[in-house]
Amino acid sequence: MSTVFDVLNLKKAFSGLTVTNDVSLSMAPGDRVALIGPNGAGKTTFVNLVTGNLRPDSGEVRLNGETVTKIDAIGRVRRGLVRSFQVTRLFQEMTPAEHVALAILQRDGRAGKMFGNFLSMPDVMDEAGVLLTKLGLRDLMHRKVSEIAYGQQRLLEIAMALALKPKVLLLDEPAAGVPQSDTGRIEQALADLPADLAVLMIEHDMDLVFRFAKRVIVLAAGTIIFDGSPADVTKDAAVREAYLGSYANASHAA
Amino acid sequence: MNTETVATTARQNRTIGRDLIGIGAIIAAAAIGYLLFPDNLALLTRIIAIALLVLSLDLVTGYCGVATLGHAALFGSGAYAAGIAAAHYGITDPLLMTLAGILCGAIAGLVCGLIILRAHGLPQLVLSISLIYLFHEFANKASSWTGGSDGLSGISPDPLFGRFEFDLWGQTAYVFGVVLLLAVFILLRFLVRSPFGMLCRGIKEDPLRIMAMGASPKIALIKMYVISGAVAGVGGALNAISTQVVGLDSLSFTQSAESLVMLVLGGTGSLFGALTGTVVFMLFEDYVSAANPFHWLTMVGALLIAVVLFAPKGLYGTAAAFVTGRLEKRT
Repeated sequence: MSTVFDVLNLKKAFSGLTVTNDVSLSMAPGDRVALIGPNGAGKTTFVNLVTGNLRPDSGEVRLNGETVTKIDAIGRVRRGLVRSFQVTRLFQEMTPAEHVALAILQRDGRAGKMFGNFLSMPDVMDEAGVLLTKLGLRDLMHRKVSEIAYGQQRLLEIAMALALKPKVLLLDEPAAGVPQSDTGRIEQALADLPADLAVLMIEHDMDLVFRFAKRVIVLAAGTIIFDGSPADVTKDAAVREAYLGSYANASHAA
Repeated sequence: MNTETVATTARQNRTIGRDLIGIGAIIAAAAIGYLLFPDNLALLTRIIAIALLVLSLDLVTGYCGVATLGHAALFGSGAYAAGIAAAHYGITDPLLMTLAGILCGAIAGLVCGLIILRAHGLPQLVLSISLIYLFHEFANKASSWTGGSDGLSGISPDPLFGRFEFDLWGQTAYVFGVVLLLAVFILLRFLVRSPFGMLCRGIKEDPLRIMAMGASPKIALIKMYVISGAVAGVGGALNAISTQVVGLDSLSFTQSAESLVMLVLGGTGSLFGALTGTVVFMLFEDYVSAANPFHWLTMVGALLIAVVLFAPKGLYGTAAAFVTGRLEKRT
């Protein structure tokens, strides 16, 4: 199967300290991959290298076969590489409808339009409505973001990302900070992601990883030390060592 | 879907309602001003010209979060363009003069935007201050064009549409100003509500988030600066046409800082706030400086401190928040 997203021998060092060391991975449409690793493993740097917020020292990032290593973050989003944020970054004074509508308009290259109100653009409103209904945010679509619960804000982050119709979606800890009672909604939303979308999830919560991912990649000290099925990850000696046993033992017990 | 459409229509009607209220309020205020100060139409016209500058500042500061203390550069460029067109090129048609003001204001907006937007926060503020001093000094040195510190005179606009002369009492200039303000206000209401306006509000809050959506904050902000320049240019041109003289003060740091004060006084991020702030500040200044020529600046200062401390959202912003709070309580 052809790949939609490739990382080839990516390297990055900060003043001599190698943070990303020769990382390579490929993803095909529909892949569900979780990227895990202990604190300081270089996950954030890896995400920033992939999204174009950081320049690698060497190596390549490819989207749909096109090399995008020299293309900036905005250009990569336009080519279908979209991310969500670990801490929600939403516009407090805007409504969910406005967030999603803005994303839709931006995707269609219409966000620069200086006339017309999105409320009177039926195509945009219908699409936003459908998307927000899917994520259970329909009833809140005209409330200010500052008035809705954190779990719902996380769902809105996902809605915004989906409105951009990505080919590759990077989810940075999509359930971080969400109360236990609301994680079910988020897991459902993750399960309902479009089937042809390649998803790379960075996550700490191993329960979520095991339920969501078909493939797990473990990053430690800037290197991939494991790339395989969720079933095998806890059996891997190198992974156990990297985590000092904590996660591995915990999931064995469970 | 049906209830949704109803809700959307209600929402749209509400915004259109607010537009109509705004237009009505401007016309009413203009009429009241005309009746109250028939002998001081020059002051009212000047208020309108400055209101256009403050509206223009609101676009970049209130809606986009750009910090600037040099916004009069755009206003002054418009004023000098209109004045120079009339005094040196014989373009004395008021509409063409206004057009010259709009064009040069927009160009000044582009230049200032390109420079100011290279920095953020304090460095941005410093850049804006440097720019206004550069513009000021340039106008001062190019005295064969601008009249230097004596001001640019010899501006005598033709009658408007060939019929309405710019009379000694300033009636024509006043009506012309009110019409210009209304036109700008209506266009800006469209602009701030458009997808572009929403994008700019997003940029003000979190430019990185906007980039993660694939939009370029820089390009949007530069566009906004050009629009802002055009609006300030209208104000500058109006000032040149109505007073028939352009002075260096129109390109000054003081004017820039005062317009920021007026914006904060009324409330940033709202067109009504910009208008309220200008009218209150300038009428207060006029009244207090006449009543107490020695201590008027102290009183203006006291008013500002009171507003910043007790109504941090500005006069309009605080009033609007109070009214919405009341309405929500009732429902």
